[in-house]
Amino acid sequence: MATLKELSSIPEMLAPGHRLCAGCGAPIVVRQVLRGAKAPVVVGNATGCLEVSTTIYPYTSWRTPWLHTAFENAAASLSGVEAAYKSLKRQGKIKEDIKFVAFGGDGGTYDIGFQSLSGAMERGHNMVYVCYDNGAYMNTGIQRSSATPRGADTTTTPVGKMMPGKRGQRKDLTKIMAAHDIPYVAQVSPAHWNDLYQKAEKAFAVDGPAFINALAPCPRGWRYDPKDTIELCRLAVDTCFWPLYEIVDGRVRITYKPREKKPVTEFLKVQGRFRHLFQPGNEGLLEEIQKDVDRKWEELLALEAMHEAVAQKA
Amino acid sequence: MASEQRKVAMTGNEAVANALRQIDPDVVAAYPITPQTDIVQYFSQFVSDGQVKTEFVTVESEHSAMSATVGASAAGARAMTATSSQGLALMWEMLHIASSYRLPIVMPVVNRALSGPINIHCDHSDTMGSLTTGWIQIYSESAQEAYDNVIQAVRIAEHPDVLLPVMVCQDGFITSHGIENLEILADEDVKQFVGEYKPSNYLLNIKEPVTFGPLALQDYYTEFKVQQAEAMANAKKVILEVAEEYAKLSGRKYGLFEGYRLDDAERVIVVLSSTAGTTKAVVDELRSKGQKVGLLKPRVIRPFPAEELVDALSGAKAVAVMDRAETFSTQGGQIFTELRAAFYYAKERPLMRNYIFGLGGRDTTTREIHKVFSDLENDLERGHVEKLVTHLDVRE
Repeated sequence: MATLKELSSIPEMLAPGHRLCAGCGAPIVVRQVLRGAKAPVVVGNATGCLEVSTTIYPYTSWRTPWLHTAFENAAASLSGVEAAYKSLKRQGKIKEDIKFVAFGGDGGTYDIGFQSLSGAMERGHNMVYVCYDNGAYMNTGIQRSSATPRGADTTTTPVGKMMPGKRGQRKDLTKIMAAHDIPYVAQVSPAHWNDLYQKAEKAFAVDGPAFINALAPCPRGWRYDPKDTIELCRLAVDTCFWPLYEIVDGRVRITYKPREKKPVTEFLKVQGRFRHLFQPGNEGLLEEIQKDVDRKWEELLALEAMHEAVAQKA
Repeated sequence: MASEQRKVAMTGNEAVANALRQIDPDVVAAYPITPQTDIVQYFSQFVSDGQVKTEFVTVESEHSAMSATVGASAAGARAMTATSSQGLALMWEMLHIASSYRLPIVMPVVNRALSGPINIHCDHSDTMGSLTTGWIQIYSESAQEAYDNVIQAVRIAEHPDVLLPVMVCQDGFITSHGIENLEILADEDVKQFVGEYKPSNYLLNIKEPVTFGPLALQDYYTEFKVQQAEAMANAKKVILEVAEEYAKLSGRKYGLFEGYRLDDAERVIVVLSSTAGTTKAVVDELRSKGQKVGLLKPRVIRPFPAEELVDALSGAKAVAVMDRAETFSTQGGQIFTELRAAFYYAKERPLMRNYIFGLGGRDTTTREIHKVFSDLENDLERGHVEKLVTHLDVRE
């Protein structure tokens, strides 16, 4: 456990003055993750809000070496940087220990960057990939992605007479990354800063690829007061919409279990993108969303117990 | 003093793979595609046998091949990849990014027709489709030329006045899979010729953090592009300087183009790569009958050596430009269009016509080349070009 005082003494690698919106979850995630690196770090960045708002030429907010190439290939581009490091280190041309981390939004990670992420993880590059998941293409103006939750009103799943927002569930990317059998996978929320920091530390420490899925609310897309970002991050965890857990060498461990599991409506009702769900006629959809959350949470608890039992046997 | 060269029998792909082995790049990221696959396979064996110090990244697509190569090059490594056809098309987005980041990546390309219909054999539709990506393009007639061009490309790309990526093209199957006799330099000579790569700004220099790939809008984007254009203009001189130095090492001379029995030629065929070899045979045959025919084989088409080609063709009366790719402009192939434009301000302009040939690997033999020379003869008698664009050797 780190104290806030300790964390605040670690130099900031993302300088203030960038143009991300007030209340944006992404820079909070970035600053907290980079604190866990413990070594010089090279950052890769997919195209998206974080990239466009931090590097408007001739300015940059990055005090680390930083690479952006395109939208769908943050993992592939960074895997090339990491390969260069391995090669040059082996040849004695580089002495320092350097870490590597890529940041991508959910569009650049769940959707268009999915293949290159999967490839990089399978190849075993020594790098951390962090998805800042705000549940839609926020940079282009709130279009649905495969991370968009069921029922959300987006500009490509607009609420209309025939459609109540996005149909179908979101892709469970954290589990898909776990299925790559990489040494470390975790899900984090900025409200639980110490949990996030510790997971970042672990992710950087493992030898091989690590994946972190970070909830990153977007005041514009989710339609809430920017001051409530951290509160929303907390509600997502307390309703078990966004459970905090890690998968270390294939073993699930839930890192935070709410004492009292709140109804998912507590998380939904404070966001404009779900407002229509509370109109008469959508009660059924709300029930289904609650059922989805319950099922996934029970499944996670069962997975944890099963992995525990397997570990006991071994 | 250069060591003795080794005479070998190799395919174009094996020759290029050996050039890569001798260059010994820090990183190679590649994905298999016919007919480039051999290069990757040969190189994999060099890696497995410890013959190179390269970190080899076996990516999951060509888009990632170019992305990883860009990442490695930006990191400060000498980085290479190789591809063909669909693979090059999939890289298209990243080709622009590689050149705009001024990364001296060298990429052997084994020319293959683009789908559809799907086809694995040679034409130039792949690299002709990437002429506007800001890459230098060098074409090779033979395995020997492919080998020599790859080694020279490293020096061209990394020259401080250039810093642009280079494609080195050879014809799929015809050159890539045909076994030829060639000479390869001693490993030590190649090592010395390419030298150690010393990047100026790179990601792994953690003492001086650099932001690669920022957002540049109306106020700066233009300047990035102008600098690329200037670098491309500078490349012409550098290509010739590197060729001169390489000639001293290897005894093999290269320029921006090769003229074959061109000096007093009245009828000239302009064609890239392996078809130039077929054309030389026909030129020799017709010359033996006293006909004034010649060949101009462009080696470099990015940058396009407009003045040099116009100058070389200044004595010609009729020129047939043969393009191995359609542009669908209805105005002819890419080389034709550019060469014809280059003549706009020339005092003397030859009759010029265009042939689109050899698509999807259709054989172009001496018979077709004879027909082209004969068409030019008829044009000269007629005093004008019978047809601007002809698809050569088409089923009736």
